Amino acid sequence: MMVTVALFGVLTLVALAPIAIALSGKPNATGFVYGACLIVTLVMFLVALHSLLEQPAASTITLPLGLPWLGAHFRIDPLSAFFLVVVNLGAAAASLFALGYGRHEEAPQRVLPFFPLYLAAMNLVVLADDAFSFLLSWELMSLSSWALVIADHRRAENMRAGYVYLLMASFGTLTLLLAFGLMAGGDGAYAFDAIRAAHPTISTAALVLILALIGAGSKAGLVPLHAWLPLAHPAAPSHVSALMSGVMTKVAVYGFIRIAFDLLGAPQWWWSLVVLALGGVTAVMGVLYALMQRDLKRVLAYSTIENIGLIFASLGLALAFKAYAMDVAAALALTAALLHVFNHSLFKSLLFFGAGSVLTATGTRDMEKLGGLIHRMPQTAFVFLIGCTAISALPPLNGFVSEWLSFQAILLSPQLPSWGLKLMVPAVGALLALSAALAAACFVRAFGIVFLGRPRSSEAAAAQETDTNSLAAMYALAATCLIAGILPGIFIDALAPVVQVLAGARMPVQTGAEWMSIVPIAESRSSYNGLLVFAFMVITGTATAFAIHRFASDKIRRGPAWGCGYPDASPLTQYSASSFAQPIRRVFGSLVFRAREIGTMPPPGSRAPATLTVQLRDLIWDTLYAPIATAVGNIAERLNYLQFLTIRSYLTLVFAALVILLTVLATWP
Amino acid sequence: MAVIYDFALQGAQMLLVLLMAPLLTGFVRKVKARLLSRQGPPLLQPYRDLLRLMCKDVVLADNASWLFRVIPYLVFAATWVAASLVPTFRSGLMFSWTADLIAIIAVLGSARFFLALAGMDAGTSFGGIGSSREVMISSLAEPAMLMIVFVIALIAGSTQLSTMAAFMNSAEVGLRVSLGLALIALVIVAVAENARIPVDNPATHLELTMVHEAMVLEYSGRHLALIELAASLKLLLYVSLIACLFAPWGISPAIVAAVPILIGVAAYIGKLGVLGAFLAVFETAIAKMRVFRVPEFLGAALMLALLATLLRFVSRSF
Repeated sequence: MMVTVALFGVLTLVALAPIAIALSGKPNATGFVYGACLIVTLVMFLVALHSLLEQPAASTITLPLGLPWLGAHFRIDPLSAFFLVVVNLGAAAASLFALGYGRHEEAPQRVLPFFPLYLAAMNLVVLADDAFSFLLSWELMSLSSWALVIADHRRAENMRAGYVYLLMASFGTLTLLLAFGLMAGGDGAYAFDAIRAAHPTISTAALVLILALIGAGSKAGLVPLHAWLPLAHPAAPSHVSALMSGVMTKVAVYGFIRIAFDLLGAPQWWWSLVVLALGGVTAVMGVLYALMQRDLKRVLAYSTIENIGLIFASLGLALAFKAYAMDVAAALALTAALLHVFNHSLFKSLLFFGAGSVLTATGTRDMEKLGGLIHRMPQTAFVFLIGCTAISALPPLNGFVSEWLSFQAILLSPQLPSWGLKLMVPAVGALLALSAALAAACFVRAFGIVFLGRPRSSEAAAAQETDTNSLAAMYALAATCLIAGILPGIFIDALAPVVQVLAGARMPVQTGAEWMSIVPIAESRSSYNGLLVFAFMVITGTATAFAIHRFASDKIRRGPAWGCGYPDASPLTQYSASSFAQPIRRVFGSLVFRAREIGTMPPPGSRAPATLTVQLRDLIWDTLYAPIATAVGNIAERLNYLQFLTIRSYLTLVFAALVILLTVLATWP
Repeated sequence: MAVIYDFALQGAQMLLVLLMAPLLTGFVRKVKARLLSRQGPPLLQPYRDLLRLMCKDVVLADNASWLFRVIPYLVFAATWVAASLVPTFRSGLMFSWTADLIAIIAVLGSARFFLALAGMDAGTSFGGIGSSREVMISSLAEPAMLMIVFVIALIAGSTQLSTMAAFMNSAEVGLRVSLGLALIALVIVAVAENARIPVDNPATHLELTMVHEAMVLEYSGRHLALIELAASLKLLLYVSLIACLFAPWGISPAIVAAVPILIGVAAYIGKLGVLGAFLAVFETAIAKMRVFRVPEFLGAALMLALLATLLRFVSRSF
């Protein structure tokens, strides 16, 4: 029943694409398409929420589409219901934001048809219950988002981003195709039910896991497969960037969870080793890259990579616990991962909306040209600040809760019997702690440079507050961030059916705890109460302010900032984005980026300016991608001569190929 | 009745930390001055400074935004809440389960996040230099602190401070290598987090060396008073934390009785005195280091704490 309603929603979204084409050029096309998307995704959000909370039983449907002997299977179980909630909440927020933001678009007809299609594809991936529909929807998701990435096709960097994205997406789909092929076996049992029933050998399962990790990981942005992400996500219009970063990466996480926790059966302990290591490295690398960027949207894209690392590290822990049948601990780690999926989809969408509003208001994403926007755009600044606080994992907001749960899960891991894990888990814990601290640094920088200080360009000085629709979307997400931060028990309990299915146990019921605390294992071990922390901070803060203003002094004078006696000539003397990152670049950069600073001083008496050049190398690109690209280029060059042969040579080639193939076939065991 | 009693005790702890914090700062200053053969300011000078600052007008920089005016209250509230959650004279207080040690560290992280933003608000290079160095220091100090929490939590079986203190007070602890490493790391982190010598100098206004003071340079009047008070509270918090984890003697258990509580208060004040004197001696004996030596100093803390965690993972007996 529920799945039928969801499929109707998807059908409506698909139908919106041709309508958008038909409406192109009409003045109210933008409002109509985004409004319709908003309504449909809100309905689907409610349907998904209802299935998650009220209907633990799966709801399935088989349609006579797709492969003739297979049909198209769709299903809503707790896991897909949870991810449908994430997808449609993000989609509804993006549609609401786009009602305002979309009006400023130069060529809306390049975005409008693909936007509903993209939403439909992401929903379909989560709904699919057989490998064929899954891969088809996955590819549709990639292609529709690719079309959105190159919406602004006049800029060469966007076209390059689209090209790299297309390559990586095809590569990812290829590995997923192989993974499903291996799981389905020779007789093509592609339905997920059949795959679940089959028991792959240990080596096949391992191969599938690696392939799934590459396929889903490249979509999610795991290092070193992340190269396309920071190029493609910022290139798209901002509401699409929000969807790609906040939602599509989560669909990729869904793909990995579906394969690793559901379809493959019981995990081996060393799977978790791989996932943990990748997650930890991804978290730290992502945030270090983010700290070095000066494009605001690219900062956010790299920070997505960091958060994906955090999610995968928690998933790795859950796999480890599951492999050793420590169900309660696995439930804790899995809850941490899923809660972070939800939290990150909230604050990353919020931050991309904020970046989009800044882009509309000032026409630039370059942080070195912004500044002082808190005076011109106070409301955007306020919600962006909430997003920054949440993503930096600071209490009492929601990012901290999932981080805290991950740490609690790490503290349960000395009971794991394997030596590899005993050494790996503390190292990953240190990496996660490091990435959390660096994330706070990264978002102090992002908010401080963009919104605080004095404007660094005339565009920033003349910025205008963004429109009401965009603000409404951002306020809604910010409020959800706060609620999820101070009442996390409700959200943890909502995840219980998902965790129960995948880990075989669930966390204790949280909503009954005293004062709405969250207590992962037992109160004597650890507890956290976001509501009380928030209440205490608000009460003591306001009481102090009141007391001081009442009994001491409430006078304010304005004066120029202290400049050591020298009048400050220009806003350019402020700390800039790259100078703010300089200490961290010196500490971590020489190792990770081979950072070098080359300063030149003009000779005495010369009036030439002194210069400082900072060189950063992207080692992953240089050592992994560049050689592959060069090799492909070289081989293509060599093979080029095959295009200019005579007809006799071609016939010989065809004949030789035939002989070789027949020989292989004849000698095949 | 019991609820009112519990509530009163929690309130007493909040007041105690608030009232003791400036005294501790004054005490450290006094001991330092005596060690340098100076008379030094009276013990109560920090209170007088705070009162004087409270009653002065605030001079805001032209460019300062609403955030700049909110942040002192936010920073003060967060630090005060965090400091009141660390057991001082009695464990198992009414709201002690509101936040475990990880959450307390994170609440302090919130305070620092906003203080670093305040440094960038006025739009001068001073604030920027302070903020960027502060986040560099915290990016190493915070993971080290978390690793220390891990070590102690793995030994005590809990991240809840009351439970940890009770465990450290029991006979089960014994001498452990990992605890020793954690103590050294905790001292390094505490020195760095409180902007003390050799990481930062709380008494200097020489721009090339300062971190914390550069960040709050634009603050004046009541805002400055709150920031100073928050800094004192943070120092008190770290001293209380070291006392409660590594010298948990005399902390009253969660029972209704007056004598253990009086003993607890006396023991707490004694511990503050001893640790404060240690801090003063340490600061006098050592020279301030260059800013870019600090990462090595804190990196050592991180590595020690990580080593201690690894030892705990490898064997239960370390």
